[in-house]
Amino acid sequence: MKDTVPNQPANNEMASEYKVDGPFLGALKRDLLLSYRRKSDLVNPLIFFLMVATLFPLGVSPDPGFLAEVAPGVVWVAALLATLLSMDSLFRSDFEDGTLEQMLLSPQPLYMVVLAKVLAHWMLTGLPLTLLAPLLGVMLFLPADGMSGLVISLLLGTPTLSLVGAIGAALTVGLRKGGVLISLLVLPLYIPVLIFGSAAVQGAVTGLPLGGYFAILGAMLSLGLVMAPLAIGAALRISVSG
Amino acid sequence: MADKKWMPRWFYQLASPRWCYDITGKLLPFFAIAAVVMLVAGAVWALVFAPADYQQGNSFRIIYIHVPASILAQSCYMLMAVAGAIGLIWKMKVADMVAKSCAPIGATIAILSLATGAIWGKPTWGSWWVWDARLTSMLILFFLYLGIIALNSAIENAQTAAQSTAVLALVGLVNIPIIKYSVDWWNTLHQPATFTLTERPAMPSEMWVPLLVMVIGFYCFFAVAMMLRLRNEIIQRERRSSWVRDLITG
Repeated sequence: MKDTVPNQPANNEMASEYKVDGPFLGALKRDLLLSYRRKSDLVNPLIFFLMVATLFPLGVSPDPGFLAEVAPGVVWVAALLATLLSMDSLFRSDFEDGTLEQMLLSPQPLYMVVLAKVLAHWMLTGLPLTLLAPLLGVMLFLPADGMSGLVISLLLGTPTLSLVGAIGAALTVGLRKGGVLISLLVLPLYIPVLIFGSAAVQGAVTGLPLGGYFAILGAMLSLGLVMAPLAIGAALRISVSG
Repeated sequence: MADKKWMPRWFYQLASPRWCYDITGKLLPFFAIAAVVMLVAGAVWALVFAPADYQQGNSFRIIYIHVPASILAQSCYMLMAVAGAIGLIWKMKVADMVAKSCAPIGATIAILSLATGAIWGKPTWGSWWVWDARLTSMLILFFLYLGIIALNSAIENAQTAAQSTAVLALVGLVNIPIIKYSVDWWNTLHQPATFTLTERPAMPSEMWVPLLVMVIGFYCFFAVAMMLRLRNEIIQRERRSSWVRDLITG
């Protein structure tokens, strides 16, 4: 019995283990699985991240002193652009094959489904970007003291970027050419995260206390976690019904 | 519907484009006259009769354009967000149209505020632009307006466009307190607020009274510009209804 439908247990032994996930876990697992099956899409934002960071030494100046000075901002801007680039696809395929409509119609709370989708997106873009960031830091001569600040600020900041970006993605999912428009909608809202994120790295380099920056990044993340799924849900309903 | 009596009647009437068109037609001349009188009187008073600043000399007089424009740009955003929320919650077409009419005016006023700020910054700070919190958050407000206009024009269905922009405007509302308190939270080059509701302004009354006249004049001008756009929007969206046809054919 190899040709069974995936979500139907093959035999009784499995049936006892099989358990229906709630809306959050279900959506999270589904999105992770779908992304795992299209691995090339996973790597693209990371390659973009690396390439953008390469442009600065080549385009501006390869001087180590100068690069060390701009490294926090460059890494943060590159991470922000990479997140932005990956945003458009967040709801697009679900919208095109009708899954999104079923999600909206289902009796499950949309808040949880949306939160799970954003979390899956972050796990596949923001988290790898954060892990890759120290490498970029080394390439750009970021002093070693700044590394911890870089990783922690990205860890706190990139989920906010995913949450806010998802609002833009939800608003433009019904449009054919959402790509550029998303940037226009979302970039102004990204600016505060960028300011405090890169300031935290600068602070780490110069040895300032970092608690304040992390607290503000954490506050933005908390606000985003609570409020953004509501806005994303409302935007999805509007986009799908329109 | 006895249980709905707590809502005043005019609130429901506002939902009718036709009634709204009529009432704005009646209000328009008053606001237009008030705007012209206030702006002309305020400008002459401010530019000719108000005393020069003891430090900045005459260059400070741009405050009479800069402060009203900055206040109005933020008020306009809040009106747009509130109108958008009303449109989302009560599905009022007129509220959607108000929100749509606000965006281009707000963007223009925001760029006026940024431009006058730059012109004022050159003689006072020695540079056209500094990346300080007040200026940056105002620039973000301008970008938000642009995003809202772009989203509105990208969606063809008028109702979907209105609802989408309302959601975006509500999300962007988070920027308004940041602009307001940027001068208190950060140690900025920009000076603190000129007007507060609780305290007297720090400058003498010969200086701030014309400024107040200019602020009110700007608000009246905004009301005129908004009503003109709103009336256009109503006519355009209701072009298939009989009362608009009667209006046009006479």
